[in-house]
Formats: sequence, structure tokens, C-alpha cells
Amino acid sequence: MPEINVTPLGAGQDVGRSCILVSIGGKNIMLDCGMHMGYNDDRRFPDFSYITQNGRLTDFLDCVIISHFHLDHCGALPYMSEMVGYDGPIYMTHPTKAICPILLEDFRKITVDKKGETNFFTSQMIKDCMKKVVPLNLHQTVQVDDELEIKAYYAGHVLGAAMVHIKVGSESVVYTGDYNMTPDRHLGAAWIDKCRPDILISESTYATTIRDSKRCRERDFLKKVHESIERGGKVLIPVFALGRAQELCILLETFWERMNLKAPIYFSTGLTEKANHYYKLFITWTNQKIRKTFVQRNMFEFKHIKAFDRSYADNPGPMVVFATPGMLHAGQSLQIFKKWAGNEKNMVIMPGYCVQGTIGHKILNGQRKLEMEGRATLDVKLQVEYMSFSAHADAKGIMQLIRMAEPRNMLLVHGEAAKMEFLKGKIEQEFSIDCYMPANGETATVTTNPSVPVDISLNLLKREMALGGPLPDPKRPRTMHGTLIMKENSLKLVSSEQALKELGLNEHQLRFTCRVQLQDPHSDPDTLHRIYTHLKSVLKGYTIQHLPDGTVMVESIVIKVSSSAEDSNAKVLLLSWSYQDEDLGSFLSTLLKKGLPSGLC
Amino acid sequence: MKLYCLSGHPTLPCNVLKFKSTTIMLDCGLDTTSVLNFLPLPLVHSPRLSKLPGWVSKDGTINLEKELKECAGRVFVDSQPEFCLPERELLDLSNIDVILISNYHCMMALPYITEHTGFTGTVYATEPTLQIGRLLMEEVVNFMERVPKAQSATCWKNKEIQRMLPGPLKDAVDVWTWKRCYSMQEVNSALSKVQLVGYSQKVELFGAVQISPLSSGYSLGSSNWIIQSHHEKVSYVSGSSLLTTHPQPMDQSSLKNSDVLILTGLTQMPTANPDGMLGEFCSNLAMTIRAGGNVLVPCYSSGVIYDLLECLYQFIESANLGTTPFYFISPVANSSLEFSQIFAEWLCHNKQSKVYLPEPPFPHAELIQTNKLKHYPSIHGDFSSEFRQPCVVFTGHPSLRFGDVVHFMELWGKSGLNTIIFTEPDFSYLDALAPYQPLAMKCVYCPIDTRLNFHQVSKLLKEVQPLHVVCPEQYTQPPLTQSHRSDLMLELQPPPMPYRRCSVLNLPFRRRYERVYIMPELANSLVPSEIKPGISVATVSAVVHSKDNKHTLQSVPKPPPVAPSKKRKRVMDEPPVVLAPKPLLSGAVPLEAFLATLQKHGITEVKVEETADGHILHLQAEDTLIQLEEDGTHIVCDNNEPLRTTLRDLVLRFLQKL
Repeated sequence: MPEINVTPLGAGQDVGRSCILVSIGGKNIMLDCGMHMGYNDDRRFPDFSYITQNGRLTDFLDCVIISHFHLDHCGALPYMSEMVGYDGPIYMTHPTKAICPILLEDFRKITVDKKGETNFFTSQMIKDCMKKVVPLNLHQTVQVDDELEIKAYYAGHVLGAAMVHIKVGSESVVYTGDYNMTPDRHLGAAWIDKCRPDILISESTYATTIRDSKRCRERDFLKKVHESIERGGKVLIPVFALGRAQELCILLETFWERMNLKAPIYFSTGLTEKANHYYKLFITWTNQKIRKTFVQRNMFEFKHIKAFDRSYADNPGPMVVFATPGMLHAGQSLQIFKKWAGNEKNMVIMPGYCVQGTIGHKILNGQRKLEMEGRATLDVKLQVEYMSFSAHADAKGIMQLIRMAEPRNMLLVHGEAAKMEFLKGKIEQEFSIDCYMPANGETATVTTNPSVPVDISLNLLKREMALGGPLPDPKRPRTMHGTLIMKENSLKLVSSEQALKELGLNEHQLRFTCRVQLQDPHSDPDTLHRIYTHLKSVLKGYTIQHLPDGTVMVESIVIKVSSSAEDSNAKVLLLSWSYQDEDLGSFLSTLLKKGLPSGLC
Repeated sequence: MKLYCLSGHPTLPCNVLKFKSTTIMLDCGLDTTSVLNFLPLPLVHSPRLSKLPGWVSKDGTINLEKELKECAGRVFVDSQPEFCLPERELLDLSNIDVILISNYHCMMALPYITEHTGFTGTVYATEPTLQIGRLLMEEVVNFMERVPKAQSATCWKNKEIQRMLPGPLKDAVDVWTWKRCYSMQEVNSALSKVQLVGYSQKVELFGAVQISPLSSGYSLGSSNWIIQSHHEKVSYVSGSSLLTTHPQPMDQSSLKNSDVLILTGLTQMPTANPDGMLGEFCSNLAMTIRAGGNVLVPCYSSGVIYDLLECLYQFIESANLGTTPFYFISPVANSSLEFSQIFAEWLCHNKQSKVYLPEPPFPHAELIQTNKLKHYPSIHGDFSSEFRQPCVVFTGHPSLRFGDVVHFMELWGKSGLNTIIFTEPDFSYLDALAPYQPLAMKCVYCPIDTRLNFHQVSKLLKEVQPLHVVCPEQYTQPPLTQSHRSDLMLELQPPPMPYRRCSVLNLPFRRRYERVYIMPELANSLVPSEIKPGISVATVSAVVHSKDNKHTLQSVPKPPPVAPSKKRKRVMDEPPVVLAPKPLLSGAVPLEAFLATLQKHGITEVKVEETADGHILHLQAEDTLIQLEEDGTHIVCDNNEPLRTTLRDLVLRFLQKL
């Protein structure tokens, strides 16, 4: 029985370093290749030695698919392709292809340039890796090879995020990456058609949350910013160049517009124009509203948000500043932070995860005294807020996607074990399908039961259709009989006659003849007629003919009568039938042996 | 399988394909050449046009001076311009299941079909095709609606009168079916029926047919279509290009192995090389500007204009035109320029990689930023105050019958310094200019048509090797004006099947196989036997389930056990229920081996008699005959059913069952 194996190397009962291996119909596919932000050692990357001990992965993988540009989904890609070694195709959508190398480079700089780590990928490696990328369009069916095809669906989550449908023959798997079932401020909702995959591999970040909590988090965020501004404080939002920054900008821009606020919003240099440009050029990936109005007003051309100059930091009065980088480990965001940290009216909002060792990480852990270079200490008096803005499907959304795709099995990744367990129970109860949640390195195996595609001769099919009448009758299923010819890779179903012809075989006729003795005091023609009448009454629904040449035909069985020379009442019936009528022939000979009922005329 | 041809225009096709149980309309082109018979619609009152004399027949019997005006020896209808629609009487258009659109020029008749024929199906198009198609429709509606004509001329359409009119009005066909432009409401309603598709996306139609758009390289989002089932494949090629302009390159290999290839939308300018024309365009433009004149470029607001602007972007500095203003005037100018920048996925590789930088894929963004190119919704408003001469104006409509271009013709036509450069190939430039004669302005004709030429198409067909080609009849003979050019026609073996407006073609198809799926349970129960090396057969008895045009074969359910009835005694009298007919037999029964087998079963007394065709075996103890021949076996056995069945089974051992 064919089976599909799914092994997470990362994101199995965990969030971070998403990397899931799928083997289906003899093909091996790697889904995502992320890094774990919580580790600085080997555990940062998925354990590729699971695939092979001896280095390069090219021979072991048919393709790699990246769902979106977040580093926990693509952060290990250059390491995998350039340092471990993989030369096959890497698929991702156009926006992911555009944005992913920028984030990788950003992260590389933090890790290598600031933290001084070695054994990390280089800028050149990122470039070489990106050369192996094949861009994917939504809904386009990409033929990876003759048997393996993949198709991307819109996933919402971030710009360019995709779910992917992987199909080999009649077996298929859907991998959701991260997705969002409700449209947000700049993106639409995930959608997939009723593709009935054998396995749906879904993220389960918010497996136990019911209700979209993003709206609440947004409201919370705006409230905090607003309060801070009202009391004359300054708000610092450290961000990375792309992704969350644009989302928060839209959020603030619309809020400022609605509330008619006057406090300035600044965007630190180096990323404004350029980063927003990606969003403008990929406007087809945003939500309906933005797409519809972009000619009149491009949502990514901000009215209230202006470029930041370092001197503005000392300006009096309230302001909001978006500054890079996102973890307060260097650069402009750190400089501003140092300036503003001493005032309790001010606020810093960390909208994303912070790596250990960064100032962002320290202050989020409640540290209030920071040691700076040159033995100076910094007292942190401003308010510190953490806010996660990632858009994921909640439990309701996950259930909704299951209803959309109608999978035969479910597999959860990218979530916490306890929460997964809860959702697994719910899924199994509501949909009566099996739900798996393998840990990293653990393999979930699903046996599939594919039907066999066969080419049927149209004559045969039409014949059967005609037999069944114009409308199918559920009480009388249409049975068909034919011969399946298996030749190389082709399977053809034809009528037996055609099969003989196609294979160049001649038919072998097998016939039976049987004499039955009968006492019947009538003339031969009368006896024959009596037989005809008798059979007519017994065999309902058969073609019975009384032919002028002195025979009775039941279907193709021939019955003749003769009488013996001595006794004209002793009749001899001659039955002759072919093997194809064996059942009926055998029945008739037994029946006639019993003689004819007397009541016949 | 049938093809109904509803349009006679080879580049604005409208065909209907009946394939299996589906009815598919291929494109919905609107023949706009009919508007050339009408008088231009001026944006501002034109004394010249209003003073044109009315037409009265020579003998004075027909007086249509209200409807027809004469200009430089030609007669024009003074009414809102009308379009020649696809044929609507050839078949019931309400039966159409889907409409496949190949590019934004080939969808202009959509509202006439979807809104007024009872159409209830779906239209498939790519996103750029939909968005830009919408802009082009919006533009035409806008052009028409902002200069409403109170009167509508109909008298001239009377058959008796039309016969008396001078040409080309006299020869215009089906004038009664010509229609005015649709409204924006109809456009919106029509376009709401569009379902977006991406290149190489496979879409199932009712489970019977699969359709898939392929990149055709002609314009943003332009596509050819594959319509196929498991065993039949029709390719629809419409408006394709092999030149490297802005769109994604044409996907040729997917057209391979077609049973039928429907070929439309070849170049209308088979003798004009697009690159050469582009060069001529630039040099004429520069010459006019240097001489202090203005340049008018009548064009559509999407398509070739992007390439013209890109060409000018490179040309401006070297030709010292840095200070010349370029104007693009159209109600959809801004949208068209903006939309062109957001379809990175649909662009050629070069332009695609620009987006990764991130830079706008088309350089007209820079022309706009540096104020070299300005766009306006119309000549009214800002344009009138900012307008400087000499300048270059891109504006529509290329027929010169409506749109802002009419105004510039009136404005600049009288001066020999000015030049009009025709780049769109859809209209004869002489016909377009007819109502403006006499004209002092210079006319340059550089039609740029990037669609396939005959050389390219014959190479393509050689490569993809369709079994049959169907094409408009125009492609099967050289153009009328160049009847000696046998290279300007399709020469194929077998010859292409030509069509014209209102043709109904029977496509040469022999469907012989259909895909069915054997359910796993049944598949596991099959017993294959090898009949020849590498070839196995198995007899199959199954129940056919057909749902949504998909057939599955399932095991025949076991009959329920016969309920014990009172008439039990008669059970034996019931005829047998045949679950599966006996298979056909093949092979022969070898005498020696058969005898040995008989012996094993205790039948020893066998008298063998040789006959002409084989042997007769006389089983003496049992008084039974077996006649063995090459192609048949005959068992004659009386009154001994157990023996007969034993013999039967022994014979069957030697035969193959099919």
C-alpha cells in the first residue's frame, strides 16, 4: 500500500526553524527551511544530517518550497543550500523571492558583524542561494518533474505568503506555512479550493485561541501609542526594514487620519522609500481594498509618516519613531533608545521577537539597568511593551481551512504540544479524520489508497451507459464487463472482443451439446411449441424465439426436437450452447430433464 | 466536436467550441472597423464638421442630408459610431458555459454577449487582462458618453437605400446588427462574471474538460488556451508574439501534441518589421519636433504604448529632446501607467528582476517623475493650462472617430509642420484620415504589430505538430493587395481548415478512450495473467459510477442472500442470476497434454480419431465425444452433468480467458 511520510526537522510540536520533510510517491520535498530564533548554537538550524550523513542534499531532495519570508521559515536556506549543499530547485513566490534575501542579510549582519559569530553564511552565499530560486505564481501548476506538481495558494499571513499543494499521481499533501483566515489591514484571507489532500499540514500557533485576537492587539497597540502621545511622551518602535514595519505604518497612518492627530511620525532612514516600494510593486498581493484604490491612493505612500533625521530625536513634544534594527542591538534604534530611556513618559514597543543578548531581549525580560560600552550604565525608566503582530489562523480559522480543503488526514506543526493536543482532539471529533502531531525527527506515516486511472474504450463505456438507460438508477447499478490490458505503463480497459483483436489472438469456441430424453405424446412441432411456452413462463426477461426452421432459441442456445424411430412419443431434445451461455445452458438441460408440465397447450 | 465561427475578423476572433459536453466561447472580439463609416465625434464644437454638406443621391430621389454627410468625396454617417458585433443567430448563446479570453483586445464585445443573450456562465481571464480590459472599455464608454449625440441615424440602414449609397457604405455588411457602445453599468456587470486564472493553472470544467491558459507573449497577461480531456487536446492560439517586448515570453512547448490547433490573431502587417517601424517612429518624431512641429500619436492606452515610451526613454537624451513635453491623454492614462507597474509576475524576465531591487519595471515611472511625461484624463482641465508646444501627444482612439485625438486632428491638421504617426495596426490610416481631408499635416504610417508573422507561425507549427489546424480563411491565401506573395499565407500538410463568419466546422476528432478510475478494492481483486511477454490481461466486472462526468469502477456488490420463501421448492426452477458473463476464450487445447490430464482424472478409455481440422476424442466408458480443433472445442455429453462440468474445467485449463 502506498504511503506518505512526514517528518518535521523543525516546528514539530514547536515554533521556530520550520522544516518539514515529506516523501510522497517516491518524491522527497522539503517544506520551509527556517532558523530558530531562540538558540545561538547548532539547534538554531534544522538537523539536516537526518537526511544524509554525507553532506550534500541534492540527491535526496526533489525540491524545496519556502512558504514566506519570515526567518523562522527561510532563515536556514543559505546554510542548507550553500554550506550543507543543495543545488536543486527552491520554490517561492515573487514577493518572498524579493524580500527574503534582504531579511537574511539583515540577520546575517546582526549575527556575524555585531555578535562576532563565525561559521555563518556570507552575503555571497545568500546571493548564490537566491540564484537557485524559481518564482511561483499563485494558482499556477508547476511541474517540478514529470510526476511531481505543485500549486501555490494565497495564505494571507505576510506579503507573498503561500500555501502549497503538492501532488504526485493521485496522492497529495497541502502545506499551509503560516496563514490567516481573516483579512487584515493590508492582506487578504487565505483561500484554498476543495482539493481533498491526503494530508493537510497546518500551522497551529493559535491552536487554542478562538476569536481573532489580532484586532484586539491592534487596538491595544493604538491605545498605548495614543496614551503616550497624549501625555507628551515619545514612542520608539524598533522594526526590521520590511514586513511588520509597513503593517504598523498603515495602522498608525489610518489611526492618525481618523483621530486627526498632529504629533509627527517618523521612519528612520534607509528603509522608508525602498521598503515601501516593494509593497507598492506587489500590490496585487495585498487585500482587495488596497488593490482597488491603489491608483487613486497607494496605501504605501504615507501622508503622516516622514523621514527621520537624527536631530529630531531631541525635539521637544510627542512623536512616534520607527527605527531599525528591530532588536535594539545597534544602529539608529539603539541611539534613540539611549536618548529616551531615562524619561518615564516615553515608551518603547517591541513588535517582534528579540534574540538573546540583545538589549531588546534584556529589557523585555524586565532588566532595568543596562551596561553599555565603556562601563556606563543606563537606567531604563521608559515603559517597555511587547506586542506580537503576527497574523495566524486561530482555532476557528484552522477548522475553516479543514472544511475548505476536506483533507483525509490532518497533521499539526508550528505550535506548542499541549495546545496541539487540544486541537487534535477537536479535529478528530468534528471531522472524524486522523490527526497527527509528530515531534522533530519523528515520522508520521499515512497510508493512502489511490484509485487506479485506466483508459476505457469509449465503445465499452457508452455500451454500459446505454444499458443503464438515460438516467442512472440507484437500484440497478450499471455493471460493465471488459478486459484490462496491461502493457508497459498503459492500462486499457476494452471489451473482450476488442481485446482479442488488439492482442492479435483468435477466439477459441467452446461448445456443449446435450441430448435430453423426454416422453411427450405430441407431434414434434407441437412438442417444440410446448417447450417454447414452458420456457417462456419460466424464463422471464430472456429472449426466447420460436424460429420457423424448427428450433427454439433461448438467447443463443439452440434447442431442437426429434423423435426416435421406434416410439414417436419418446422425444430427443438437442441442446447446444457455447461457453458464454454456460450457466443458462446448464440450467436448461437440468430443467428440461424434468419433463414438461402437463398443463401446457 | 464542432466549431462555430461568429467573427470574420481574424485578429478580433469570436468562436464557439463544442467539446464533449461543454460549450466554450473562445474570445469575444469586437470589430470596431465599422466606426470608420461614421463622422468623428468632436469634443468641442467643430465648425468644419458641422458645415459638411448632407448627402443627396445624384438623381435627387434619396435625400439623407440629416444622416449622411459628405467630406472629400466620401460619405459618412452622422451619428454615434456603432460596432459590428459577433454573430448572434448562429447558435443559442445562452448555452455557453464559459468564455475564455486571450488578451484585453479580444474581450471588447463581452458586455454584448454576457448581458443580452441570457448568458449564465463564467468568463476566464488573467488578472492583467481583466484590469487592462476594464480600462479599455471604460475609455471607450467615456469617449462616447461625454459627447452624446441626440440623433441616431437609422434610415441609411434600410436595405433599399443602402444599396444606392456610395462605397464603402454600400458594401458594409449586417448594418442592422451594428450596435452603439455599451454603458459602464453593463461593463461592470459583464466583468463581474470574470474568474481570474494564472498561467498554467488547470481549471476543471464540469469534470469533463480541463482548460489552462499559457503565456502568449503578446501583451500583459495575454494567453493562449489549452482545452483538453485525458485523450483529446485542442490548442487555441490567439495573439501570440515571439518578440522580446515587455510581456512574459510565449510558452510554446505546452502546445505540443494537439489534435486540433485553432490559429487566430496573426500579425496584420506581415511585411512591416516592428523594430524597423520603431526606428522610423523615433526619427520622424525627432524630425518634426526639431522643425518646430507637434507630433500626434493615436494609440490605445495600453500595450504598444509602453514599448514606445520605453523606446523614447532611451532616445530622448540622444536626440536632444530632453525639454520636449510628452503628453498622454486618456481618461485611463493614469490607471494604465500605474497598473503596468504592478504586474511583475506577468512581465519578461528583465523587468521582473527590476522589481526585486525594488524598482518599477517600466521606465515610464522615471519619465513621469522627471516631468518629461505628463498624463491627463482629457484635454479639459489642467491640460489646457499646462499645455506647451511643440510637443508629442499620445491619445486615442486610433480610429480617429472619437476621443481626444479628434480635437488634435482639428487643431493641428491644417499645418504642414505637424505630423501624425500611426502605430496601431487595427485601422487603415487612409480610411481613418478620410473625414479630415484635405489635410496639410504630415502622415507617417509605422504600424507596430508584434504578433506572429507567417514565417514564425510555420516554424512554430513545425515544432508543435498539431494534427489539424483551423484558421480564418484570410490566412489561407495571400493578401488581396499582394496576391503574388505566396509566403504571406499558411501552407500546411494537411491543409488548414479555413473558416469565415458564420462557418460551422466539424472538427476531425475520433474520441476512442475515456479516463475511468478503478477503486482500490476492485483493483486489488483483479487477477492479471500474462498473455504475451510484457502484456497482461485481467477480466473486469464492475459497477460504473458516473458523477460530475467522472467515472469510477467499483466492485459488483454481492447479491443479498435469497430470503427464505414459502415457494422454496421452486427455487431450483428459478433461472440463474448471471453476475458476470463468461470471458472469451483464446488459444488451443493440445491433444497430448489434454489426454494426459484426462488420464489423471480417471478417464482412460479414449479413442482418438483424426479429422481434417483436428481430432475427435471418444470417451468410450462415458459415451461422450470431445471434438478438439484449432479454434474450437465441442463437448457432446448426455445426461451426465458432473462429467460435463469436469470436462469443461479441464478444457478451460488450457485456454486463456479474456
